[in-house]
Amino acid sequence: MQRHLVLRVTTKLLMPFILLFALYVQFHGDFGPGGGFQAGVIFGAGFILYALVYGIKNARLVAPDYVIRVLIAAGLLLYIGVGFAGLFLGGKFLDYNVLASDPVSGQHLGILLVELGVGVTVAATMITVFFAFAARGRDEG
Amino acid sequence: MIAAHLPVLQIVVPLIAAPLCLLLRRGALAWGLALLASWAALAMSVLLLSQVLSDGPVSYALGDWAAPWGIEYRVDSINAFVLLIVSAVGAVILPYARRSVAHEIPAEQHSAFYTAFLLCLTGLLGVAITGDAFNLFVFLEISSLSSYVLIALGRDRRALTAAFQYLVMGTIGATFIVIGIGLLYMVTGTLNMADLAQRLPPLGQNRTVVVAFAFLTIGASLKLALFPLHYWLPNAYTYAPSAVTGFLAATATKVAVYILLRFFFTIFGPEFAIETLTLQHLLVPLAVIAILVCSTVAIFQDNIKRMLAYSSLAQIGYIVLGIGMASPTGLTAGIVHLFNHAMTKGGLFLALGCIFLRVGSVRLESMQGLGRTMPWTMFAFVLGGLSLIGVPLTVGFISKWYLVQAALEQDSWLLAALVLAGSLLAIIYVWRVVEVAYLRPPPAGAAAVREAPLSMLIPTWVLIGASIYFGVDTSLTVGVANKAAVMLLGGAP
Repeated sequence: MQRHLVLRVTTKLLMPFILLFALYVQFHGDFGPGGGFQAGVIFGAGFILYALVYGIKNARLVAPDYVIRVLIAAGLLLYIGVGFAGLFLGGKFLDYNVLASDPVSGQHLGILLVELGVGVTVAATMITVFFAFAARGRDEG
Repeated sequence: MIAAHLPVLQIVVPLIAAPLCLLLRRGALAWGLALLASWAALAMSVLLLSQVLSDGPVSYALGDWAAPWGIEYRVDSINAFVLLIVSAVGAVILPYARRSVAHEIPAEQHSAFYTAFLLCLTGLLGVAITGDAFNLFVFLEISSLSSYVLIALGRDRRALTAAFQYLVMGTIGATFIVIGIGLLYMVTGTLNMADLAQRLPPLGQNRTVVVAFAFLTIGASLKLALFPLHYWLPNAYTYAPSAVTGFLAATATKVAVYILLRFFFTIFGPEFAIETLTLQHLLVPLAVIAILVCSTVAIFQDNIKRMLAYSSLAQIGYIVLGIGMASPTGLTAGIVHLFNHAMTKGGLFLALGCIFLRVGSVRLESMQGLGRTMPWTMFAFVLGGLSLIGVPLTVGFISKWYLVQAALEQDSWLLAALVLAGSLLAIIYVWRVVEVAYLRPPPAGAAAVREAPLSMLIPTWVLIGASIYFGVDTSLTVGVANKAAVMLLGGAP
């Protein structure tokens, strides 16, 4: 991809917008279409585009394997953690009502955190799957 | 506080341990955590079963959303029993797994292995516990996807194709199940199982309901490897790591049978499944073919792991035969055989894992003289084999006793004779191993073989011991199975 100047420049220009749009889908998921899964896929797709154009070696500098591995686990842990928080605060598992002073903001906070967990895990998994396939048979690069 | 949250903790404790295992880079730490989680799951399933037996069904509303709208976990006698089977096998296999996995799987994959193992355990427990049809599908996928990973970790390169084959077949099965659930949702507007059970009977033979029934039957039959949808199973069991084979053989197909029972008897109801659609005319012949054909194929296998895999297919035939007879005795036989076969086959596969650790092969010719060099392992194998045959004082006898009794209740001498014919075939394939292991000397010039380590022998003997103990004292197993059968056939829970 060294000689495809148009692709390289366009990718660089688009990258912040892709990631920003992913964050918009993530955090606007409470009010409109979207949510953690969709946002995670868009976020992951941003990284994959970068890896396609600039090479896996460069993409790995931004997202090293051990970080991705931790993120996969962290997203799931955040989700389950919210569930346990509801349980320890006196409600049922995944009961958001008890998370804040009143049920409405509790529901709001709960779904926000849970969807964030989903988003993190999905993005990290997308990137892992892509790296696993794309990096096969070449020495790290 | 813990008692009130038992149903959800049953699922969430192994679930939260899974990502933690991934974070613990050291395999030994991950193993320790997985062990703790699986023992906690066993303790909780024992508590749940005793709670259900004394106070009746337990319900838990996730996120405090009331039942038909939110996801409900609902535990009654049948799924409390399945939960006990799955968590008990998980808790016995994890201590065994440490040595076996260290031998068969590269060290850098150990923490990932235990993560996948816990996810599989979570998925299987989740399928059993949930009272929501779509949630059942989600848990089924969790357990299936992780079991594909577990199988692919096998040392033999053929494990990859076996896992892929299972992935294709398993995905078709899961897709059929989700299509069936979707159709049910289309006509009833609900996903809660208890709610579905109330709304389906008035619809009668609505075409959508009948199609949904067909999709669910085929989907579940694929997952439980009912003949002729069994093609994926022998390869998957043969090439998976030993601990995984033991775990999946003892739990995965059992949980799929549970799905079948739940949909046939709780959701559609025996009137619809048995009287209107006469499902027994499909299940009974297929079960009999599975028993006879797969037992016969087992006789000709030189790889003992594959032989036991075919034997599993035959045993699934016995379970489905019991279900197909749809009488309280038949269902009791089917349900009690879920437990009995889990103990027996789990123990047998673990014994094979011990042999693989010491000998490096599970082919028939490499087992020469093992009766002398690995006496404890081989004796466990022989006891497990006797239980497969159905010799009195083993659990296999109990299952077959009830099965034959159920056949005679329906004046079906033919079925009773076929069940006994299956036992005769089992004698042949078990004897082949016994003959080679005990009556032939170790091959000259072969490396000396030692007995397997205690950390692997004890779990093997726990399962084999259970398959002897529950062959003598049947009050727990048959008692619960009978209660579950009466409940499924529409009696009081």
